[in-house]
Amino acid sequence: MSTAIDETQARIIEEFSALDDSLDRYERLIDLGRRHDPPDEQLRSAEHAIPGCQSQVWIRAEVRDGRLHLHADSDSLIIRGVLALLLRVLDGRRPAEVAAADLHFLEEVGLTTHLSPSRANGVATIVRHLQRSAAELGE
Amino acid sequence: MITDTIDIPAIRADFPILAREVRGRPLVYLDNAATTHKPLSVLEEVLAFYRDLNSNVHRGAHSLSEQASDRYEAARETVRRFIGAADACEVVFTHGTTDAINLLAASLGEQHVGAGDEIVVTEMEHHSNLVPWQKLCARIGATLKIVPFDEDGSLRTEMLESRLTERTRLFALTHVSNVLGTVNPVKELVRLAHARDIPVLVDAAQSVPRFPVDVGDLGCDFLVVSGHKMYAETGIGVLYGRAEWLRRLPAGRYGGGMVATVDWERTTEADLPFKFEAGTPNVAAAVSLDAAIRYLNAIGMEAVAEHERQLMRYAMRRLTELDGVRVYGETAGKCGALSFNLDGAGAYDVALILDTLGIAVRSGTHCAQPIMRHYGVNTAVRASFALYNTTEEIDALIDGVKRARAMLR
Repeated sequence: MSTAIDETQARIIEEFSALDDSLDRYERLIDLGRRHDPPDEQLRSAEHAIPGCQSQVWIRAEVRDGRLHLHADSDSLIIRGVLALLLRVLDGRRPAEVAAADLHFLEEVGLTTHLSPSRANGVATIVRHLQRSAAELGE
Repeated sequence: MITDTIDIPAIRADFPILAREVRGRPLVYLDNAATTHKPLSVLEEVLAFYRDLNSNVHRGAHSLSEQASDRYEAARETVRRFIGAADACEVVFTHGTTDAINLLAASLGEQHVGAGDEIVVTEMEHHSNLVPWQKLCARIGATLKIVPFDEDGSLRTEMLESRLTERTRLFALTHVSNVLGTVNPVKELVRLAHARDIPVLVDAAQSVPRFPVDVGDLGCDFLVVSGHKMYAETGIGVLYGRAEWLRRLPAGRYGGGMVATVDWERTTEADLPFKFEAGTPNVAAAVSLDAAIRYLNAIGMEAVAEHERQLMRYAMRRLTELDGVRVYGETAGKCGALSFNLDGAGAYDVALILDTLGIAVRSGTHCAQPIMRHYGVNTAVRASFALYNTTEEIDALIDGVKRARAMLR
């Protein structure tokens, strides 16, 4: 069954398919990072920081009317771009859906090198954090 | 351009990894302060050790064990000569620099440092020469004192005297900063500390691979070295200690290999240096360190030092010509590490973009968060050099930095 999450992932994969090397992909992510929500000083606090990342990452998740609302920021433009993509896929969905989502688009748009659990700023750390928050908030 | 004091093409041929590609481009490896690559002669010697000689050391009457022990002790003698120690018993093999400092901290903490005492370090220490002392102080109620550094990355040596008191039990400082590249005037500072009978530990992880270091000349009481940052394997380091100190100090850690006699009531310790080498040592890695030192000696450390000086001078000139680059550490004689940020750009992004161009640099805090805080930044990019690097590689770095600047601006 095709869900909204899968449909959005498919669109992102399609958009990235035209970019053939890593520099182009970073260029796109930087662009997405720039257009992402402006830096929010309240979000950029220790309370929302995800520890153990090479760059600083802040995430706030809340549930309103049964939907997960996400705010995310980073001091890295490239990671901001990744966060923008993640929010496009996950923001406004039901927490249970987010917790269970298979976010295969990250691999398919060539962000696999960031997915290694040993990589300090693994996008994997961010994804784990998002899905754990979703699971906790959905209970 | 630089005039090579050494035959770079021949040297690069000794390091097969330098010929590989990364992301479809020739590897430009500028992360040498983290770890250097290993020449073939080092790799071959490790293979030969396991193939022909492997045995535990100082344990067996059988011939192989004896030969392995001889090989291990030959490595110790090679290190002794390389750092100018008076006697091989002053050379303790450890698992690395961090391990060596922790060993010394454990030993000093048993009887030399007590409640109310003080340990002095500098603001530019690697966490490895900071956290063990901080933890020791917290555990026994001692105080950690800090000698700060200036905006240009030079140690405020005039502040040292005010930090040294009759309660100071150790002054621990880095020889070369792994972030700023600053070469500290160790010899002069040792004299200041010794005038008050305070022993000095020198973290030489970044200096010993880059220029001649002689413990007799420096006058220090302790000095620690990393194998993998000087073309040897990981898992080997050195704690040098003056014999009079090592004899007085307790072993710090205990087990097989470090004892003379053991009964239920008490244990007596083996002679130097064995009392500090509890457990089976990393014999193959010690052999690799021996091979790496012989490799460096064949080139000549003065020639290595001249090449490193020229690389740094060239890299500093090219990098500081660029607009929007902030370099950390601008002392004369700066060596090894060149850290910087681009205005308005995250260090992590710069390093990712350089990586797509095949250029390996480090981004992050470089295990020196106090230095980052000094400059009010969270992270920096660091390029660091080794004897096999070329000006062409620095040109590639500069082109990559320009590219990153254009993308991130």
